[in-house]
Amino acid sequence: MPVEVRLPTVLRQHAGGQSSVKANGSTIGEVFDDIVRQFPLLSGQVVTTEGKLHKFVNVYRNDEDVRFIGALGAPVVDNDVISILPAVAGG
Amino acid sequence: MLRLPGDLRQAMIDHAVRDLHNEACGLVAGPLDGDVVEAVHPCGNDDASPIVYTLNSLDFLRADRAARAEGREIVGVYHSHTHTEAYPSPTDVGKAPDPGWHYILVSLKDDPPVVRSYRIVEGEITEEEVVVGDA
Repeated sequence: MPVEVRLPTVLRQHAGGQSSVKANGSTIGEVFDDIVRQFPLLSGQVVTTEGKLHKFVNVYRNDEDVRFIGALGAPVVDNDVISILPAVAGG
Repeated sequence: MLRLPGDLRQAMIDHAVRDLHNEACGLVAGPLDGDVVEAVHPCGNDDASPIVYTLNSLDFLRADRAARAEGREIVGVYHSHTHTEAYPSPTDVGKAPDPGWHYILVSLKDDPPVVRSYRIVEGEITEEEVVVGDA
């Protein structure tokens, strides 16, 4: 199912400079697999080699933090907007 | 160099003063690679702490949406230091998420508050001149 994936500036260099890309999948994990198929340089940037979301990114499905709705297993439907945001912290 | 309109500089200081007992944080938006701040998006500090901050991710989402709708990008982050200099801490450097961003520090240590800006690339801090005023 086609969804829009919005990329933060730091990841765009790995996706031909695009600020958002179209991807397919029925879950967040499948959508991320698809963007890595399209843009192999994104491999390892959002999902760890252990298959978990990196702790230094936050991912939203529309207005929902996916960590609270099943993480990579969270379902997606047509026209959902998936936003990848860097975790911002400091001291 | 970072160009920062006076009213937006003041908005960051006002936010820092409003949250006097905790570090205040927010995002700044402008054109990509334009070295100019055109909008300030105050965000919540999930840590509610005077010594650390974690920028609320839902606030980031909203700021990102607002910026995109206005044809801008998130190009940096600001946060306050309540009792120390306007200079990035080791934690700031270790957690800096984007080498393309501007890292703006607002220090309330002195009166009036001090606003400075930095680039943080691969752990290296470089101060950049802040030019206050409109283009």
